[in-house]
Order: sequence, then C-alpha cells, then structure tokens
Amino acid sequence: MLAGREGYEVTSGEIRYAGRDLFELEAEERAREGLFLAFQYPVEIPGVANSYFLRTALNAVRTHRGEEPIDAVDFLALVREKAKLVKLDEGLLKRSVNEGFSGGEKKRNEIFHMAVLEPRLAILDETDSGLDIDALRIVADGVNTLRGPARSFVVITHYQRLLNYIVPDFVHVLMDGRIVRSGGGELAEQLESQGYEWLETAPAAVGA
Amino acid sequence: MSGAEVATAGTPFARALEAAAAAPAPAALQRLRSAGRARFAAAGLPDRRQEAWRFTRLRALEGLDFEPPPAAIPRIDVDRWRRPGSPLLVFVDGRFSPELSSPGELADGVVLTNLPLAAATGSAVVEAHLGRLAALDRHPFAALGTALLADGAVLWVPERTAVAAPVQLLFLSTASPAPTVCAPRLLVVADAGSRLSFEEHHVGSGPAVLACPVSEIVLGPDAAVEHVVVQEVSEAASLVALRHVELAAGSRYSSQAISLGGALARTDIEVVLAGERAEAALDGLSLTDGEQQAESHVLVRHARPHGSSTQLYKSVLGGASRSVFNGRIVVDPGAQKTDARQSNRNLVLSDAAVANSNPQLEIFADDVRCTHGSTVGRLDDEALFYLRSRGLDRTEAQAMLVRAFAGEILDRIREPEPRERVAALVAGKLAALTTAGGAP
Repeated sequence: MLAGREGYEVTSGEIRYAGRDLFELEAEERAREGLFLAFQYPVEIPGVANSYFLRTALNAVRTHRGEEPIDAVDFLALVREKAKLVKLDEGLLKRSVNEGFSGGEKKRNEIFHMAVLEPRLAILDETDSGLDIDALRIVADGVNTLRGPARSFVVITHYQRLLNYIVPDFVHVLMDGRIVRSGGGELAEQLESQGYEWLETAPAAVGA
Repeated sequence: MSGAEVATAGTPFARALEAAAAAPAPAALQRLRSAGRARFAAAGLPDRRQEAWRFTRLRALEGLDFEPPPAAIPRIDVDRWRRPGSPLLVFVDGRFSPELSSPGELADGVVLTNLPLAAATGSAVVEAHLGRLAALDRHPFAALGTALLADGAVLWVPERTAVAAPVQLLFLSTASPAPTVCAPRLLVVADAGSRLSFEEHHVGSGPAVLACPVSEIVLGPDAAVEHVVVQEVSEAASLVALRHVELAAGSRYSSQAISLGGALARTDIEVVLAGERAEAALDGLSLTDGEQQAESHVLVRHARPHGSSTQLYKSVLGGASRSVFNGRIVVDPGAQKTDARQSNRNLVLSDAAVANSNPQLEIFADDVRCTHGSTVGRLDDEALFYLRSRGLDRTEAQAMLVRAFAGEILDRIREPEPRERVAALVAGKLAALTTAGGAP
C-alpha cells in the first residue's frame, strides 16, 4: 500500500510523505519522489534485462529531479561500483530481471537497485526471509553503507537476527495491525530474549 | 469457351484470371497455370463451414472485382533495403523488376533469378520442383495462386555451396485505385550440404490489394536454410500466403515470420520432415490492432524417424483485432524417436481483442515425444507493479513487458542485420499498440 499497489482501499487515515499526501501519488510518482520498496518476493520478468530496466528506472527518477539522463558509460561505472557493494555477480546485470536468480540473489538485487536509485525512504519488506547468514550479512552491509542523514529505512522483520546487523534507531512492534510498543534498539533485544508474549499481557501506551 | 472460364465468370477473380491466362509465358508455366485455373474453377474459394477457414473473413473479398496489377512498373525507391554485399531481388505487384534489383555477386553455381527466365532457359529445378509441393488440390489458394502465376523468384543453391550474405526478396505492392491481386511465386532449392539464409519481405502501400504468395522450399540432405519473413503490407491490404517446406535427411530449416500489417494476414505453412534426423524450427510473431486479423496455420508432418521440430508462435493483440493459431503436428507410423514441440502464446492488451488457439496432435508412432502448450493472457500485474514501483510510468512499463514478450522471437533471427531492422519495425508497431490499442 505504501508503494502504491492497486487493489487496496484506504478506509481512513492518511500518510504524509515529504509534505504530500502519499495516497494521491501513483506508484511511479512515489518512486520518483524517493520511495523505494524492496520486495519480499521480487517478481521474475523474462526478457527484460536487469541493467536495461535499472537504467530506465534511474533515468525516470533523474528526469523527475530535473537532472540529465545518465549515459551508458557513466551508468556502467555506477552499476559496477554498486554491484560490488552487495557482492552481486555482474553476470546478473545482463540477465533478465530476477529470472532464475537464487533467493539470495533476488534479495541482493533488490538492495542493489536501492543502491543505484538512492531513495530517501526505503522500505525493506522481510528482506531477511529465506536468507542464510552470509547472504544476510551482505544485505545488511549494503544497507549500512547506504545509511545517512538524507535517507530513512523502514525494516520489516519477524526476527531480531537481522537487527544484529542493521542496528535500528527506533523499534515499533506491530500486532494485529496496531503499533503496541515503540522504543529504541534495546526493545528489539528485549523481544529477542523475552519473546512477544509479555507485550500482549502488558501493553504499553503507544508512543510512551 | 472452356468449362473453367464459365465457372470463374462473375467471381471476384474473373478479370484477373482472364488477364493471367492471356499473358505470354514459357510453356511450362502456361501448363501449370491452366491446371491451377481448372482446379480453382472447380473448387472455388473456401467457405467458413470448412474448419480451417472458420475464422477467416474472406467475404470482404467477395464483393470486389480484382484487376491484374497495372502494366507499368512505377519507379520506387528501394534504397533502404539495399545492403552492401547482400543480393536483392525486387518484385513490384508480383512482377520482377530488373531495374530495382541488385543480385550482386553470388557463389559459383548459385542461381538467383526470376521464374519466367528460369523456366524459359529450361531450369532443371523449375522442372523438378515447381508445383510439386504446392499441390493444387491441397489448398484453395494453391489453386488460385497457380492460376494467377505470372512471376516470382527462383533461388537454387547447388551441393555443398554456401551463400555468404543473406539474400533479400522484396515484394512490393503499389497503390492502385482499383482492387488488384497478385500471386508472387517463390521456389527455393538448397541442394545437399548447402547453406542459405534469405529474407522475404512483403510491403504494400495500396488499399484493397490482395497478395497470394506461394512458396516452395526444398532442402536436400544436410542442407541448412534460415528464412525470415516480414510482412508490413498496408492496413487495408490482405495477404494470404502459402508456404511448403520439404526437408531431406539431416537438413535443418528455421524460420521467423513477423506479421505486422494487413486487414487480413494469413499464412498456411506445411513442413514435411521427409528424411531422417531432419530439424525444423518455426517461429512466428504477429502484432495486430484495430480490426486486423492475423492467422498462422501450421502443419508439421514427421514422416521419418529421429526428426525434431519446434514451433513457437506468439501474438500481441490490441484494439478489436484477432489472431488465429492452428497448429497441427502429425507423426507418421514409423517416425519413431520424433521430438516435436509446439507452443502458442498470446498477449491480449484490450478487452475487444480475441486470440484463437487450436493445437492438434496426430501421432501414429509409439516412441515419440510431443508436447504442446497454449496460453492467452494479459500483462502480468505483479511485473507491471514492480516496474512502476521503481519509477517507470504505466505506459513505459507496459511497453517494456510487451517488447520482452516479442523479443523472444526477434532474438531467434540469427543474422544481425535483418534482426535489428525487424526489431525496429516491431518496436514502432508496439509503441502504437501500447499507447493506443493497449491501454486498459
């Protein structure tokens, strides 16, 4: 819904993003305004080369920002640098988007896209699911490298494990669609040692 | 007056047939033409009660009164088709134009000429093969095309000879105020161990033009032939093409047929794997919008063992257009170890477009592998959203997915020059389809 997928109806509430009502923006407008969703299950797109797609996307974002489209030479240099960041095999750039990629390669490709597009707000939707420990570390390293004052991340996960590598500034616990507890990084550690059950029995006021 | 003339009088083709019969031609062609005329007079045009013609809108032709093409061949600029080192034969309204053609230098013994000249000089391949595969009683348009026989191309590659550059055969039809019909003929004979790549290109500018090309392609043992067919005839024109291919032992035939234009564009292909270990790869791509109709009727007959054949036919449909795929695989008794595959995939971009798919297998041998599959679908919403969520607008995302769908066929054109040129044509039509015809 945040990224603008069709088929959801907003019954109440609003989301303000960069001073605008997010729901008024089409999916591509949100992307051009710097919103990035790393998919939990990235779709395979046969026949569309990964690098060609990414260059088209980058140029859509750049044009929106009033910048010149990137030329082929500069783009190649850029993707080489960013591919290194997430240890993405350069062979995967020429292949069709996600087609035949392993689970880990798909997730790394998502982080790679994020690194190239340089969003202001990145949402990582269960990016850790299905990753072994090495792949998890690579993905986390990629995210950590991209951290900075001009960029925010929303990391959605069921496990504290990821948060050993991506140390959060804020933790919000969602249960049944509601934020039941918010806190700093220490909240994640508490959850890891105590589980979620204590939250159900002792709910704290939101934002306390 | 013969019975044949009585029977064709009053039909849309009466005048054209009359003119064709009266046109001077070498005796061999005259004989074939008379036989075609007799057969067409007896059988006439097919009607829609025949299964193979169920979807074909021939009625549009019935009210017309076709004339033979104008006698004078106009000056046309064909420079955009001319490529250095690549032989080019140009046919205008079905007739060979020596002025526009540039046959160039060919390997020793290769014959590239027009049909009346080949027939007049007693060409052995004409005598042996013309009209052999395109049997008059097999197909109504074989009869009509033969009855209208006037000109065409003959390409003969002798044993163990390789034709280096792709040969181009360009069939143009010109604008004419009256409806015209022509039936360019194509005879390609690739003898044992030879190599050939050729491109057949149909371009039409006129309205109410009907072209009924008839092609016969004969591969000797271990010959390899690559064949690219592109049709971009004008929106109001019709093309009903017939192609017969015969493969001897160990030979390989591959073709990519790209169909872009025409109110009605129908191709009937019959491929016979007549020798052991023959290989046929047939690919097709049609793009239609508006009221266009594109049809591919493919019959692959495995007559001998160890043969393999593949068919991949794709169509992209916008507007209220229609596609028909009729794919038949026949495996004769004794054609063991046959490997035959067929796939038909249709991408429908608008609610009013219709794709018809009718795969048929007839297998009379027991140790074979035959597969077929057929899909009709829309663009994948998940993929569209993925592309859009990275910044592509809806039109761009759609165009990218449609190009990817079509690209699978274009990638199979092995020669880079025709591939790039065809890709540009396809991209042009797809752009129109995804902005106008395709928007949901």
